[in-house]
Amino acid sequence: MTTNALPQVLAHLDEQTLLSMYWMMLLSRKVDERAWALHRQSKIAFHISAMGQEATQVGAAFAIHRGVDYVHPYYRDLALCLAVGITPTDFMMSLYAKTGEYSSNARQMPSHFGAKHLNIISGSAPVATQVPQAAGLAFAIKYRQQNGLVDRHDASQPRLALTCLGEGSTSQGEWHEGMNWAGVHKLPFICLVQNNAYAISVPVESQMAIANVADRAAGYGIAGVVVDGNDILAVYAVMKVAVERAYNGDGATLVEAKTYRIVPHSSDDDDRSYRSREEVASWKLRDPILRFREVLMAEGVLTTDAADTMDRRARAEVDAAQAAAEAAPSPEPEDALGAVYAPLDPEASPHEATPS
Amino acid sequence: MTVMTLIDAIRIAMDEEMARDPRVFITGEDVGLRGGVFRATQSLLEKYGATRVIDSPLAELSIVAVGIGAALAELRPICEIQFADFIHPAFNQIVNEAARFYYRSNGQWRVPLTIRAPYGGGVAGGLYHSQSVEAFFAHVPGLKVVIPSTPYDAKGLLKSAVRDPNPVLFFEPKKGYRAIKGEVPDGDYTVPLGEARLARAGRDLTVIAYGMMAHYSEKAAEIVATENGIDAEVIDLRTLLPLDKAAILTSVKKTGKVLIVYEDNLTMGFGAEVAAIIADEAFEHLDAPIKRLAAPDVPGVPYAHAMQEFYMPNPQSIAAAIRDLAEY
Repeated sequence: MTTNALPQVLAHLDEQTLLSMYWMMLLSRKVDERAWALHRQSKIAFHISAMGQEATQVGAAFAIHRGVDYVHPYYRDLALCLAVGITPTDFMMSLYAKTGEYSSNARQMPSHFGAKHLNIISGSAPVATQVPQAAGLAFAIKYRQQNGLVDRHDASQPRLALTCLGEGSTSQGEWHEGMNWAGVHKLPFICLVQNNAYAISVPVESQMAIANVADRAAGYGIAGVVVDGNDILAVYAVMKVAVERAYNGDGATLVEAKTYRIVPHSSDDDDRSYRSREEVASWKLRDPILRFREVLMAEGVLTTDAADTMDRRARAEVDAAQAAAEAAPSPEPEDALGAVYAPLDPEASPHEATPS
Repeated sequence: MTVMTLIDAIRIAMDEEMARDPRVFITGEDVGLRGGVFRATQSLLEKYGATRVIDSPLAELSIVAVGIGAALAELRPICEIQFADFIHPAFNQIVNEAARFYYRSNGQWRVPLTIRAPYGGGVAGGLYHSQSVEAFFAHVPGLKVVIPSTPYDAKGLLKSAVRDPNPVLFFEPKKGYRAIKGEVPDGDYTVPLGEARLARAGRDLTVIAYGMMAHYSEKAAEIVATENGIDAEVIDLRTLLPLDKAAILTSVKKTGKVLIVYEDNLTMGFGAEVAAIIADEAFEHLDAPIKRLAAPDVPGVPYAHAMQEFYMPNPQSIAAAIRDLAEY
């Protein structure tokens, strides 16, 4: 799939959806930029960024049934999770580690996500653990369909599991084991590898001896595709094909989006030690948000005035989110103790068909 | 009521749970046509079909991880690890993932997962078919660790494990699979997790054990009762996590002497925690030092028969330890 699919994709998406996609990229970028600023002001302890990867993440999110299909993200999926339904306030509450924080009540570092009401699974930090779990989620979908617990066409139920990770994390055995299950059982599963060229400091050449992670798909008997991860419409188009495969029972897809992280790995990293400023600058020129903005303007979907308005609106949302998080109380020390074990629920029916 | 072996009770528990709840499924190596290398899943494939009894790829981490994913989606997986010795590749998934999901999501995501694994020595299994791994996992909040020693408990505890909304490690003393027989009620019943069993009431001292060592400790108690007139109480822990501290402390306060028996290496084995609890909470009731009888601190159970028997506590060595303690 390349950008020459553009006319086709544009025909598939109405103007409102295109503007929603642009809005989500923009909103993620504004939240992200604010997080970096707050860290530099010592107002928050940590941030890990999605900057530069918004096209990949938002394009992928818009291709699935957001809030219903399972999403098992990785720590860099801010734009993806915003597009699925977490709010800037949710994320600010994570950054400030405040009481009532949506994902973990401030137990986890920010960006581990996890929102049951959106079917976003809670993540950890050791990389690639989510991949075989996502195969398990996809397995559960197929299990319910095969055993008559759910109708395959019931769009109110999850019909695929999407998981994400960086290219470096595909070096883990866990990635392999998850991909293998997805292939053997022909699961409704999409693995989106966001190849941003570095695993912290280690370039892709030190990670693997092949040019494309997606080439490995053949080894698992599943579909593999490489896409320009800075082109949101190309990502959307490729993902849409993968989603239809999953929904139709045709099996799993490995999507590799080639992109670039235009900021350090995290707020604790200094990328000057491992890559040149010229390299980073060259990728900033290919910023996926500017690129999409140009496409939308060329197509007459977006005007300069409208774009400026959206900019101001995003800024205002981030201001409000920051204010809400700053005003929220911090956890009590004893909040460390709760929710270790789920309570027994003898009343729960064993015959319920849907995830509770 | 039927007299049956430990392994029969385990298979019947799974059979009944699969019949009761369509969300229950089994996966693991050779669990399908082969019926499991110990026959724990024998005939379940024919009964429930290949969509519910699934031969996994030969990769333990994925057996557990796929189980976690299915459990997050509110199925009720029973994952079989063929030998507890092979569970270590899945350690990351069990300890970093399954155990922490509920806490790390503030109760949003739970993992109702059962992991079954035969454990323990005495079957000429050598270093890699004999391990006791319970102490690794009993250290981790968020997990439950269950070890039955009777067919009655095996069936009732396994049913509780399958119905529990948390990840449960169910370790089965493989030496007792066919050696241990007992009466098991027909039909449905459960044994709650987290409650020890008073295996034998006694006045003189308390023996605390689990799994094969609980079975042996009951035998040892009979030996010393007959030969030495010592009246030993035997507590079968049944669940290591959460631990039934009340049962331990009640018995120790009654007898004043305690021997803890386990077939894991002595150092940092589960008995060390039991000893610490007793020292902390029943010190003034003790009439003797807390004693532990366990395996030597070597990296595994040796293969050759003489070395294996030397390694493992048995009814005679437990009886000897009871006599020593009684004389103190």
